[in-house]
Amino acid sequence: MSEDGHHHPAPASPVEQRVAALEALLTERGLVPQGFIADVTRRYESEIGPLNGAKVVARAWADPQFRERLLADGTAAIAELGFGGAEGSHMVVVANTPAVHNVIVCTLCSCYPWPVLGLPPSWYKDAPYRARMVREPRALLAEMGCDLPGDVEVRVWDSSAEVRYLVLPERPPGTEGLTEADLVGLVTRDSMIGVARL
Amino acid sequence: MDGIHDLGGMQGLGPVAHSAAEPVFHERWEAVARVLMEIVAGAIDATGGEFRHSIERMDPGHYLTSSYYEHWLTAAATLAVEHGLVTRSELEARAGGRFPLSGPVLAPAVADPGPDIGEPRFGVGDRVRVREWHPAGHTRCPRYIRGKAGEVVRLDGSYSVPDVEAHGTARRHEPTYSVRFDAVDLWQDGQRGVSVHVDLWDSYLERA
Repeated sequence: MSEDGHHHPAPASPVEQRVAALEALLTERGLVPQGFIADVTRRYESEIGPLNGAKVVARAWADPQFRERLLADGTAAIAELGFGGAEGSHMVVVANTPAVHNVIVCTLCSCYPWPVLGLPPSWYKDAPYRARMVREPRALLAEMGCDLPGDVEVRVWDSSAEVRYLVLPERPPGTEGLTEADLVGLVTRDSMIGVARL
Repeated sequence: MDGIHDLGGMQGLGPVAHSAAEPVFHERWEAVARVLMEIVAGAIDATGGEFRHSIERMDPGHYLTSSYYEHWLTAAATLAVEHGLVTRSELEARAGGRFPLSGPVLAPAVADPGPDIGEPRFGVGDRVRVREWHPAGHTRCPRYIRGKAGEVVRLDGSYSVPDVEAHGTARRHEPTYSVRFDAVDLWQDGQRGVSVHVDLWDSYLERA
């Protein structure tokens, strides 16, 4: 708010001006269907996200047969919960154990399993994570708050072709009495990328 | 191309700006940029390879100092200009200033993609070595594993080779593999108990 009480929107930044320029030109050429931008935005903001992945993980914790199917054919098992599609049509699920910790990265761009985790967070797409996770994973994980005992094997998965990965975190101790629905609430996005343990 | 996007193993880039949660789009323009890329890609029938390569060709300084969706915007505008949907001068006139685009494609169009590779040449447990080569065009073979030996841990079926599909209408299909590399072999720094798995097309590999 300015001193005279009227709201003055911030002037458009250079990148906003460039986006507006391309949007206007493509719209004039009839390439932008009406409402398309709003529809796509809603799809990414509300239809996909880490809650989907949390449901997959909780089902795997609660149902050993589902866990087996999930590790044998991630795409098919995830489809049982209704999730799939772009950037999720060739899924491989890698399971953490007391002796093995898995973590996913895309060094060349930002490949990420959209149907189960949503669109990737900024830090996953930025240079430091992509550069360092393949070079010094133990140090980077520790820096991100995931301090692993030295005898835990670290497996890094660089998503450089068509497969997209999901980490199946270990079920936390003391959760035996919880229902599958309760378990969903324990699963974090970071645990399914592999930068955190539960 | 040995571009700035090929970041695996680079040093000096600083800490990861981690946050436990963040909005899908921080500002409206990010969502619009994303959608405009989808629109341009649809209009020109771009493959994944052509799309990725249009980001990889960004000026390295611009790439490192701009956000993910500015990459998408730059790529969308670059492809729109290259395919004749808009001109650079129109973009700059509308934007009221400079509109940086990605650099030119350095590789020629692929005229003869060669035959598909039908049967996988390698099986789980086979030792393979990544070819030591430096293609001028798009590839999904990261630099940090070139010339390194690893072990095939999984076969993932056959897919269009990005190196071909990024450069014209020709296509070649090949089996893909997940290959495990010991970190100590990649970095010679004494790391123990660390492996890095990279997913690779058949023609990136030779028998070790």
